[in-house]
Amino acid sequence: MDLTLSDEQRLLRESADRFVAETFTSEYRKKAANDPLGYSPDIWKQFAELGWLALPISEAHGGLGGGAIEIGLLMEAFGRGLVSEPFFSTVVIGAALVAECGTEAQQQAILPKVAEGALTLAFAHSERAARFDLAHVDTTATKTADGWRLNGSKITVLDGAAAGQIIVSARVANANGGSGKLALFLVPAGTAGLTLRDYARLGGGRGCNLDLKDVQLPADALLGDGQDALPAIETVVDRAMAALGAEAVGIMQTLLDTTLEYTKIRKQFGRPLSANQVIRHRLADVAMQVDEARSLALRAALMANAEPVVRSRAASGAKAKIGRCARFVAEQAVQLHGAMGVTEELDIGAYFKRLLAFDTLFGGSAHHYRRHAALSGRVHA
Amino acid sequence: MDLTFSAEERAFEQEVRDYIAESLTPEMKRATALTPSVFSDPDIGMAWQRALHRKGWGAPGWPVDHGGPDWTPAQRWIFEAECARAGVPNVNVMGVKMVGPVIIGFGSPEQKNFYLPRILSGEDYWCQGYSEPGSGSDLSSLKTRAVRDGDDYVINGTKIWTTHAHHANRMFALVRTSDGERQQDGISFILIDMKTSGITTRPILTIGGDHEVNQVFFDDVRVPVANRVGEEGKGWTYGKYLLEFERGSGIASAKLREALKTISDLAGSEITGRAIEDPDIAIRMSELEVDIDALEMTELRVLSALQTGQNPGAVSSLIKLRVSEIRQAVTRLGVDVVGQDGLAVEPARPLYRLNHEPVIPEDLLPVVPEYLNSRAYTIFGGSSEIQRDIIAKMVLGL
Repeated sequence: MDLTLSDEQRLLRESADRFVAETFTSEYRKKAANDPLGYSPDIWKQFAELGWLALPISEAHGGLGGGAIEIGLLMEAFGRGLVSEPFFSTVVIGAALVAECGTEAQQQAILPKVAEGALTLAFAHSERAARFDLAHVDTTATKTADGWRLNGSKITVLDGAAAGQIIVSARVANANGGSGKLALFLVPAGTAGLTLRDYARLGGGRGCNLDLKDVQLPADALLGDGQDALPAIETVVDRAMAALGAEAVGIMQTLLDTTLEYTKIRKQFGRPLSANQVIRHRLADVAMQVDEARSLALRAALMANAEPVVRSRAASGAKAKIGRCARFVAEQAVQLHGAMGVTEELDIGAYFKRLLAFDTLFGGSAHHYRRHAALSGRVHA
Repeated sequence: MDLTFSAEERAFEQEVRDYIAESLTPEMKRATALTPSVFSDPDIGMAWQRALHRKGWGAPGWPVDHGGPDWTPAQRWIFEAECARAGVPNVNVMGVKMVGPVIIGFGSPEQKNFYLPRILSGEDYWCQGYSEPGSGSDLSSLKTRAVRDGDDYVINGTKIWTTHAHHANRMFALVRTSDGERQQDGISFILIDMKTSGITTRPILTIGGDHEVNQVFFDDVRVPVANRVGEEGKGWTYGKYLLEFERGSGIASAKLREALKTISDLAGSEITGRAIEDPDIAIRMSELEVDIDALEMTELRVLSALQTGQNPGAVSSLIKLRVSEIRQAVTRLGVDVVGQDGLAVEPARPLYRLNHEPVIPEDLLPVVPEYLNSRAYTIFGGSSEIQRDIIAKMVLGL
């Protein structure tokens, strides 16, 4: 039982904190928000040089073999700086799906490129009718003479427009026309039949909706060797939720720190706001929720490799409660900044919106408490 | 980072489990399950204290030269967790966890030699004389006065909310020996034999139907000056030291997990008409389980810091607040799980020694009293409002 950081982990955290503090200023964020790409390729190159893009990738594929704790340390630092580089979509989700499902040849073709910063990835999975059900996929994949044909519509594809390859989930039609297994396909950017509607995402970064109309793919576009992809998707998304939880903790901690400073400086009725007990108690509650979120994000990371039910319960529990804490912390940060809190002149609003986005990504609190209860045998899924 | 315990620690865990299995009688276990108040009655609690003492585990937190087992923080965690899982009775924490550490830290050699063995063996039963009718959260405004007369103090005044004063043969108390510049000055920490003449105890029944607390009156009570711990007028320092123990003592998550499991088992049972089938009940159960997961992880973070010799810092002050809130939420869920059968309150005590057949199934008996009793959790040991003041000051630097 040891929850202290190793020397390497401490160094990683220190270098991430330093880089983020120096690089991701509010000026940078405003520039990135108006950039059609949503991030800076120069900084992406620096991520690669720092080894961050190689962090969770296995050493056999040009990576550093790090785990959920290291990812969490980076994500927390990214949260503090509201980083919008496509690290989450490319490294935490995309590379992990390739590592979980891909054949050795596919891993060799993709993962080293991700590690060196030459390829970004996106995951096109969510569909409007599915809400947050990972197993609900209406997009179809039909076997053709020389490959696959995909049809369907995806929403909330994080960083999809900038991705070199989009990993698309689809249901493989059975010979008898029924719906079969879930499969993942590597779809290069610009493939005929893809229509992207790109947008600036709430809280930073970019997203897109994606239509697939008779998209023709070669046989080797299928990721892996034809096994049902749902367990791998669940594994990767559970770990991704732990990573998002760590990012949310970084965002919440920044909102707490900023709000504390503001309530000390801002004077009304001849004394600082922080002299009022109602403000002090509110901030105590905010601090408590930030700490609970921190514990749960860490717990989900520590259980990232546990057996599926344990891992999923930890991930859903963390996502559910951190989501609730995040909404409280965000709303209180705006409230305690008074009218300034609702303007674009402070950074508070940007952090607020990123937490709002966090809460809904991969399912909000209500969904994940229900999933937790179902995994615990309390309710039917 | 690693959540697992070492092979030696797992062996120790097995040793604890084995010892509990052989020494916790079914009667003690049933009595504990049917005790809705914070503390077990002494017949049960002291039987368990004696069992622990036989094994040398009578005071897990004490140093080895005073009869402690010299455990690491991880061993203490394991011990507490196993005790919670097995449902052991509460021992007299006012002795083992409160006055014991103060005597060890600040007592004279004579006091150590006399009192500490008697706490370990269960020969002495302690109560805490802190609060007064006019001094609750503002404890240092206390007025009970000890006036020096030769080798004695003469004590006049009253203490209230005194848990188990009606069972205790000794009390440690904060009394005013002088008036200083600040109200914290001039307070002394004193050990009182409850059989001394001039002491009377009035029971206070609480809303759960339990007689747990009392008011104690002092009418010219003579206590030897030798019974003062440490320096005269420095009692507030010692008292605060003890309150830190009271707030941070034990590992709460394991007990809360067991309490939730008890409610969960009831909800899945026919005796509540399978309350778990109400999705609202099921979701609240998951919400509370996640709250306990978070608390446990925070406790483990503190433990890990202690293990490596670091100061866990202010995070421990967040724990008391969450523990009390979660405890109340678990008992609130219990009330909703029991439903209308909760109206059939059983006034007799103890619930494990009734002279009649209860109206409702025995397992349901303590649930509503526990909820009512648990309202005190956010009040005693510094109310939640005081805890938030402390967090604002000590954690947030406001």
